[in-house]
Amino acid sequence: MKKVKHRYSTSKILGLSLALLLAFSTTVFSQEATSEDAASTEQAATSGTDAAGDPANGKKLFNSNCAACHALDKRMTGPALRGVGDKHDKEWLYSWIHNSSALIKAGDADAVAIYEEFNQTQMTAFPQLSEADIDDIIAYTMQPKAEPKQTASTDGGSGSSDGGNSGGINTNIVLGALALGFALMIVMLYVVNQTLRRIAEANGIALSEEKEKRLPIWKAFVQNQFLVIVSVIFLLLVSAYFAYGYFMQVGVDKGYQPVQPIHFSHRIHAGDNGIDCKYCHSSARVSKTSGIPSLNICMNCHKNISEVAEETGTEKHPKEFYDAQIQKLYKAVGWDASTMTYTGETESVKWVRIHNLPDFAYFNHSQHVTVAGVMCQECHGPVEEMEVLEQYAPLTMGWCINCHRETNVKMDGNEYYEEYYGKIHDQLAKKYGKDELTIGDLGGLECGKCHY
Amino acid sequence: MASNKKYWVSVEELKPENSSKVETLKQNEFVNEIPVDQFLGEQSQEDSSATSRRDFLKFVGFSTAAASLAACEGPVKKAIPYVVQPEEIRPGVANYYASTIADGYDFASVLVKTREGRPIFVKNHDKAEVNSSANARVVASVLSMYDTKRVQGPKKDGKDVSWSDLNADVKAKIQQAKAQGKDVVFLTQTFASPSTAKLVSEYSAAVGGVKHVIYDAVSEDAALNAFEAKYGTRAMADYDLSKAEVIVSFDADFIADWQGGGFEGSYAKGRVPSNGKMSRHVQFESNMSLTGANADKRVALTPSQVKIAIAKFYGAMTGVSIGGSLPEAAEEAVKAAAKQVKKAGSKAVVLTGLQDDNAQALALAINESLSSEAFDPSSPLYTRKGNFSSVQSLIKDMNSGKVGVLVMVGVNPLYTLAEAKSFEQGLSKVGTSVVFSMKEDETALKSTYVAAMPHYLESWGDVEIKKGHYSLMQPTIRPLFDTMQFQDALLNWMGNDTSYYEYVKENWTTSILNGSSWNQALHDGVYKNTSAGVTASNEGVVSEGAMNVESAPVVLASGAGDYAVRLAKSSVEGVELMLYTKTGMGDGQQANNPWLQEFPDPITRNTWDNYLTVSKADADAWGFENTLADNGGLDGSYAKITVNGVSATVPVLIQPGQAKGSVGLALGYGKKEGVQEEMQVGVNAYPFYFEGNNVQPVKIEKVSGTHEFASVQMQNTLDGRGDILRETTLEVFNTENAHHWNPQPEVSMMHQEVEADEANLWQEFDTTVGHHFNLSIDLSSCTGCGACVIACHAENNVPVVGKSEIRKFRDMHWLRIDRYYSSEESFEADVEKVEAAPGAISTYHELEDPSANPQVAFQPVMCQHCNHAPCETVCPVAATSHGRQGQNQMIYNRCVGTRYCANNCPYKVRRFNWFLYAENDEFDFHMNNDLGRMVLNPDVVVRSRGVMEKCSMCMQMTQKTILDAKREGRTIEDGEFQTACSAACSTGAMVFGDVNNKESEISKLKEDDRMYHLLGFKGTRPNVIYQVKVRNTEEA
Repeated sequence: MKKVKHRYSTSKILGLSLALLLAFSTTVFSQEATSEDAASTEQAATSGTDAAGDPANGKKLFNSNCAACHALDKRMTGPALRGVGDKHDKEWLYSWIHNSSALIKAGDADAVAIYEEFNQTQMTAFPQLSEADIDDIIAYTMQPKAEPKQTASTDGGSGSSDGGNSGGINTNIVLGALALGFALMIVMLYVVNQTLRRIAEANGIALSEEKEKRLPIWKAFVQNQFLVIVSVIFLLLVSAYFAYGYFMQVGVDKGYQPVQPIHFSHRIHAGDNGIDCKYCHSSARVSKTSGIPSLNICMNCHKNISEVAEETGTEKHPKEFYDAQIQKLYKAVGWDASTMTYTGETESVKWVRIHNLPDFAYFNHSQHVTVAGVMCQECHGPVEEMEVLEQYAPLTMGWCINCHRETNVKMDGNEYYEEYYGKIHDQLAKKYGKDELTIGDLGGLECGKCHY
Repeated sequence: MASNKKYWVSVEELKPENSSKVETLKQNEFVNEIPVDQFLGEQSQEDSSATSRRDFLKFVGFSTAAASLAACEGPVKKAIPYVVQPEEIRPGVANYYASTIADGYDFASVLVKTREGRPIFVKNHDKAEVNSSANARVVASVLSMYDTKRVQGPKKDGKDVSWSDLNADVKAKIQQAKAQGKDVVFLTQTFASPSTAKLVSEYSAAVGGVKHVIYDAVSEDAALNAFEAKYGTRAMADYDLSKAEVIVSFDADFIADWQGGGFEGSYAKGRVPSNGKMSRHVQFESNMSLTGANADKRVALTPSQVKIAIAKFYGAMTGVSIGGSLPEAAEEAVKAAAKQVKKAGSKAVVLTGLQDDNAQALALAINESLSSEAFDPSSPLYTRKGNFSSVQSLIKDMNSGKVGVLVMVGVNPLYTLAEAKSFEQGLSKVGTSVVFSMKEDETALKSTYVAAMPHYLESWGDVEIKKGHYSLMQPTIRPLFDTMQFQDALLNWMGNDTSYYEYVKENWTTSILNGSSWNQALHDGVYKNTSAGVTASNEGVVSEGAMNVESAPVVLASGAGDYAVRLAKSSVEGVELMLYTKTGMGDGQQANNPWLQEFPDPITRNTWDNYLTVSKADADAWGFENTLADNGGLDGSYAKITVNGVSATVPVLIQPGQAKGSVGLALGYGKKEGVQEEMQVGVNAYPFYFEGNNVQPVKIEKVSGTHEFASVQMQNTLDGRGDILRETTLEVFNTENAHHWNPQPEVSMMHQEVEADEANLWQEFDTTVGHHFNLSIDLSSCTGCGACVIACHAENNVPVVGKSEIRKFRDMHWLRIDRYYSSEESFEADVEKVEAAPGAISTYHELEDPSANPQVAFQPVMCQHCNHAPCETVCPVAATSHGRQGQNQMIYNRCVGTRYCANNCPYKVRRFNWFLYAENDEFDFHMNNDLGRMVLNPDVVVRSRGVMEKCSMCMQMTQKTILDAKREGRTIEDGEFQTACSAACSTGAMVFGDVNNKESEISKLKEDDRMYHLLGFKGTRPNVIYQVKVRNTEEA
């Protein structure tokens, strides 16, 4: 969320310590919440249904088989399934789940009605689910909807959006408190000093000792030319060092972490869900650009994923926050989640570009990704852990060149390299005294290879 | 013998009084010094100067501070993906589409390169059999789409209207006109489109008769009339010049735009000596044309003399004696040509570009009687269809108020007609006029409705360039503006809901494709079906309706002898003006295209202008002169020319080789409407183009004033080193040892003469590993057409600098085509040669002025990519360095602009960015607006001010080829490596490739006897190689 990563580092530390101080209360609350959760599930399990179904196993089965098209309380590709056991009898449900198309063909009124209602979308048959499994799933769907709780966990919606900012507010308070403390101390010291003086005067002690007439230290310093010269040189060197350091980081945007129009979490997609980078950034395989995925790629999955799971949310970004991001996507792509149709009203998403190479540097992703087989993470860092993407590498020429100097070319199995460099591989190796050839040895350090 | 010739580039060089200026131009890489004395000079100067030293320091301080402040905060850049990405588009990967240009003047099958949905490059479509070569204008046409001066939506009386209103109005007006018994007339360009022809005839049937008049701005009426009279179709014979051993041309500029153009590829095939043979080309002409410049023998005659010459040629062929008089030398040349043609028989061909029905008919008759293999009347070309007489009768009808509705498509008669005044009067009497146009041009401003027309890269269409050879036009970008094609509008007016795309598809599947796949045809862009029913020849036939045009029956007698007799009667009356089209500008449709304006004319090397070309002798007689200004710029006098009472003041350029008694003037300039102010250059020559005849009697008088030309002919000269251009004759080439006509330079090393390459100051680069690129340029087959120059512009984002900068020798062309004149008679060695082998070498009149009829040679020069480059050793910041693949690399971001490299380059190929040419109002060309910048190649950087730039040997293209191969894990075939120039070369003169691939064409060319290096004695070992030009001087 922040543009400059380290700007608030001190305040962060202070905030952390405050958080530690306040830790008691939160642990108390969270313990309460978890215990309540447990209680509610327990209650559901006991009061759930007449049939013996295991809602825990049902939940597992539901998530692995059904969740792609169904939610408990929300219409998706298929209908919302909460309380489905009350709507249809079990036998019907068995046959529907095992083979819905047969049921429709047979002309079952309910089946046809559902088929028609959902745009004649055929539900996948699940013959592998036993009747017991289905019972479990029904048991899971029959659990009452969790009531909004008064406690911290449900309050998260408003509470934790505060939570997002809480660090900032708290640090301000802390800083204020500290400043106040210091001010008080100064005042107190002053008062103490005054009091002591008064006591001393009262006691008749002469406070003003006769100071020996000594040359002030700065005058002595000025008079010592050697010292002056040395310290001037020292100062110049120090300032040159810092100036150099400052100028060398101009235009280097390592750690650049802009606020994006949609809070897209690589942690969730690449990390938790383990989606391959090149599933979305497919042009990286064939093109110079890795490609910002077009929104239709997002919709491949998000047609069915309109909200995140409860456990995806974090303290900083709770479930509601992420769900709101998905709604932003829907708005941009013109998706009406209630009717599962596209409205045709689209708007483009203006992402802030993070990795900016200057125009005079040519970089081609496919060369690195496809030909060299470089992992995306080698340049982009642990993207799968990044909640908010940032520039990991400095992207300076020295950084590029260094890699080109050190990395060996993977020649084996590529007919191109074998044809043009294979035969003289040994000869070259002899010449350069190395077993392996680096990119630089093949001309990868030539200026014109990247600048034209 | 090659080194014995003296070459010169302009007549000014021959004048003794100019020697010091010429010397300065030779010596200085940068002719204009930086005006440093303004702020560094004497005190007195400083006081008077606009910028004092203090001010200067203030500026420096301020700009340094501003620059460093600006550098601290990078701008926030946005990345906006597609909402729904089209399947075929991958950002960063180019797509190619086969399409066809058919703008009424240029017809060619092309491949269009698009990036992220933007067309950025137009190139040759190698698979097409006819007109596959994109000339300079076709390559540049992509920029004309991104033209800010385009009409952006339909208009009525200058105000914006909607298409539905326009269509409804026009529909009503047409019905009304028909009800009143008035004519509905379509005045269109040549479409050569079978579907359009069908559509127009259907429309005509639907509304009860429409008159369709076809009008070509630059007329080929004579050729069309003659062909129509002989073969019954209004078309033009096709020629395959690769089959001709002897080509005799009477004023036919067939390398450029004669009869629609597209002949240079087949011509060049016969110009490279193989097995000791090459074609012989004799040219009789008035203006120095591109074709004449390439001829083995060129005879300069006035237009009327050329007519007599072709008559006499016929006489010499048949033995009939023909009257008329010609200079003795010309007479002999005609006889010799006739003898050679007779000897070659069916291997000969006779071409003429004379706008004279008799001459055209005579040429057809001669070719037929020769049964010339190069001559193909059975499947003729449809690329010109215009009929000037019907245009004239249309004007009459308009003036008599007979025309109710006039629909014009792709024509601009108020600019291109000599009779523009009466057309304008007629237009005011026409009830409703609609013009489909891309520009708000002269005609559009006077019409009721302007129907904004899409560019060909935004349109659907089909073209039958040659009978049975079909090609498709497909859009490569969504229309940029609110435009509609004429054909779509026509369908709308017919109440037909289908789009023109569906109409074309339907027409093709039913009557052209013969069951072949439409998708395949669209993919290929071309389809050959010689048995198809519908042909474009139907176009314009639908001239029924209320009034039938009497199509002015051409009086063509049956006997060829009669034509000749009639031609021989052509008399010379005073000076003749010959109007011609320039390679860059053509008929002037693309006048607002800065690439074409800055394109140096292959012959005159002038940019941003047209001018009266006058022979040296006439110029002396009439008191015209060209002078060199102190800054090296070329100045010329003005002449007032008067034809038929119409006059104009034009600058005069002395043109070597111009026939005495004739003058030339290029069409297509002087356009004022729909053209940006910077590009309103030159003089409109169309007002002299009476009755579509390009030869007019003219009165010339000198007027005061001096015109400043922007000529690149005097700059970047090679300091008088005669060894630069090597040429020889076929006889010498066949009989002598290569060492004789192509000696490899030798230098003295250790007191011994060794070949220059053996002496080596530098450490050797190891070039045996990987690829090593070479570019071969064959001077024999290079016609100087300049397609490569524009291709280089488009591929490499070369900026346009404007006329005044060109005049200061600050052109930015990475690739220039030097044009050298030479004259044999000025050399003793040649005279000796003549005496030793009489008849072997054509002898002009010994003591003639060298500029009267020079030989011409073209030499494309770009960075030579020396293996031992002089530029590399002097760069203080190592901004130019050598690559292992043979490319001399120029690193712009490293360059600090010392210009040492340019001073040390013996080839004068480095260009300095004196200014920022992009996003700078001072250079208000395509790089200064969002629309024009869409043409930039995203793989090549736009250079900033203060850096050197030069040819990179299209590094981005070679790197892409390598990457594709690596990715697919395969080896690279010969021919895959290309540069923009080699790919644009349709004559095969430029060949690019990897010399480490021993099987490649370039490896063979490198070992060829004709191979030489430019200034080989310098030991720079260039990676660009040249092939000695061979002229076939064999007289029969």
